[in-house]
Amino acid sequence: MNELPQQLVNGLLLGSMYGLVAIGYTMVYGIVQLINFAHGEIFMVGAFGAITVHLYVLPDGTSMWVALPLMLIGAMIASVLVAIGAERFAYRPLRGAPRLAPLITAIGLSLALQQAVWAFYPEAKSKLAFPQIEGGPFSIGGATIQTGDIFLIVAAPISMAFLAYFVMRTRTGRGMQATAQDPDTAKLMGVNTDRIIVIAFALGAVFAAVGGVASGLKYGQIDFKMGFILGLKAFTAAVLGGIGNIYGAMIGGVVLGVVETLATAYIADIPGLDQFGSQSWAEVWAFILLILVLLFRPQGLLGERVADRA
Amino acid sequence: MTALLEVEDLKVAYGKIQAVKGISFSVDAGEVVTLIGTNGAGKTTTLRTLSGLLKPVGGQIKFNGKSLKKVPAHKIVSLGLAHSPEGRHIFPRMTIEDNLRLGAFLRSDKQGIEQDIRRAYDLFPILGERRKQAAGTLSGGEQQMLAMGRALMSRPQLLMLDEPSMGLSPIMMQKIMATIAELKSQGTTILLVEQNAQAALSLADHGHVMEVGNIVLSGTGRDLLHDESVRKAYLGED
Ligand SMILES: Nc1ncnc2c1ncn2[C@@H]1O[C@H](COP(=O)(O)OP(=O)(O)O)[C@@H](O)[C@H]1O
Ligand SMILES: [Mg+2]
Repeated sequence: MNELPQQLVNGLLLGSMYGLVAIGYTMVYGIVQLINFAHGEIFMVGAFGAITVHLYVLPDGTSMWVALPLMLIGAMIASVLVAIGAERFAYRPLRGAPRLAPLITAIGLSLALQQAVWAFYPEAKSKLAFPQIEGGPFSIGGATIQTGDIFLIVAAPISMAFLAYFVMRTRTGRGMQATAQDPDTAKLMGVNTDRIIVIAFALGAVFAAVGGVASGLKYGQIDFKMGFILGLKAFTAAVLGGIGNIYGAMIGGVVLGVVETLATAYIADIPGLDQFGSQSWAEVWAFILLILVLLFRPQGLLGERVADRA
Repeated sequence: MTALLEVEDLKVAYGKIQAVKGISFSVDAGEVVTLIGTNGAGKTTTLRTLSGLLKPVGGQIKFNGKSLKKVPAHKIVSLGLAHSPEGRHIFPRMTIEDNLRLGAFLRSDKQGIEQDIRRAYDLFPILGERRKQAAGTLSGGEQQMLAMGRALMSRPQLLMLDEPSMGLSPIMMQKIMATIAELKSQGTTILLVEQNAQAALSLADHGHVMEVGNIVLSGTGRDLLHDESVRKAYLGED
């Protein structure tokens, strides 16, 4: 039997992981109107950056409480380097080119990154075990929380708070808002918009790296293709929340996670729909939600940014 | 003494179309200089080139004796040149106060910035009343005030205003012009682009008339105001 509180908690956790990755899509889009479809790979690279630290930097048997922060740093370094490199060498030369050009570049970049990771970790074609936090699951108010999800419970709100503070309260954050709203006028104010674009890529990568570590802890394994479906889901979350809107990304992620989880858990209880209940249908529900949003509310739940651009 | 701004034989093109065809003028410290001329004469193109948003194809721009030709747009304001662009271009989803803060983006003297924000509110009290409101909700005239206030926040040596009275009601237009006169009396150096030639020439120490990319007539504000051809072409007399 599926209990509703448990399903809601599961959906919330899954959704906050989507949201973390969605931030990167939405920030980059908000500033350069570019969908970085290689962002799912930046998430994947983050997970591998973390495992690299665990396998090759830390001594065997290091406690996860010590290892985890260092793995997180490794994840962020890997993701940020890849994102900055992608911006500099793949996307920047294409600024002003037709929109199809960066899209095709992104697909090529995704494949290249997958192959590069595979070359370093040949056994990562299917699964590579990700180190786990010790200790059993515990329960709060009728819902069980897996140990691996504790990271997400702590990291997602901290990430969001940091992002909100950065964008709203710091000088660079204000420069970022200005660049998103009117890049030429931002330059007149003294904002180095090229630098802002790099920062947007880097910041998106930081949150993708947090998501990558969260995913490894949650599922206990990683593989070099993990960025594909998750990237699509996170993109869906970004569109759902209103692409370009950073709060929308998190909210879109949570909505998507909850809808997907509840659909998977309860659809089979509806007479005649019992064959649609399995986990393999979860993806389908997510993308049906995306199609519905695109049809009926293309600006997303919170978004409206294209409209008042003038 | 050299001029604050010296423009020499400036040429700017959009692809093959020459929009500015070799103009020269200068602005001395403390002066108000105006560029007038019909739509499409190249006034906005000139200001955007001075700000580094467009790259000239020929000529010289010197500000305080330093060439601006190779300076990227985002470094211009730190040299003392502020630009309130045509069409105002306030940041619509940011608050009025955050718009003003962006005008001081490169400054780090917190107290001075707070002081200048208060000064902007003294100059334009309506901005102070709505400080926490999104700038996009302001009326056209109020947005113009904000654009001017924002440009002043960098404490510029030269303030460039592109068509500050565009699309405003006659009352609002008067108010904006009165503000420019007030700024002038405080000693602010201004390069003013205006379609409202009467108002601009009445204010200006010097004026230049532009036509399809060239300066065709220059003189003191008073002389141009009384020039017959100017009166015919721009002041609606026949
Ligand atoms: N972005 C642009 N691309 C091509 N041509 C332009 C562009 N902006 C302006 N022009 C042309 O350059 C000329 C000068 O325009 P502009 O500087 O805006 O004139 P003004 O400000 O005096 O009305 C006009 O012929 C205009 O059509
Ligand atoms: Mg113009």
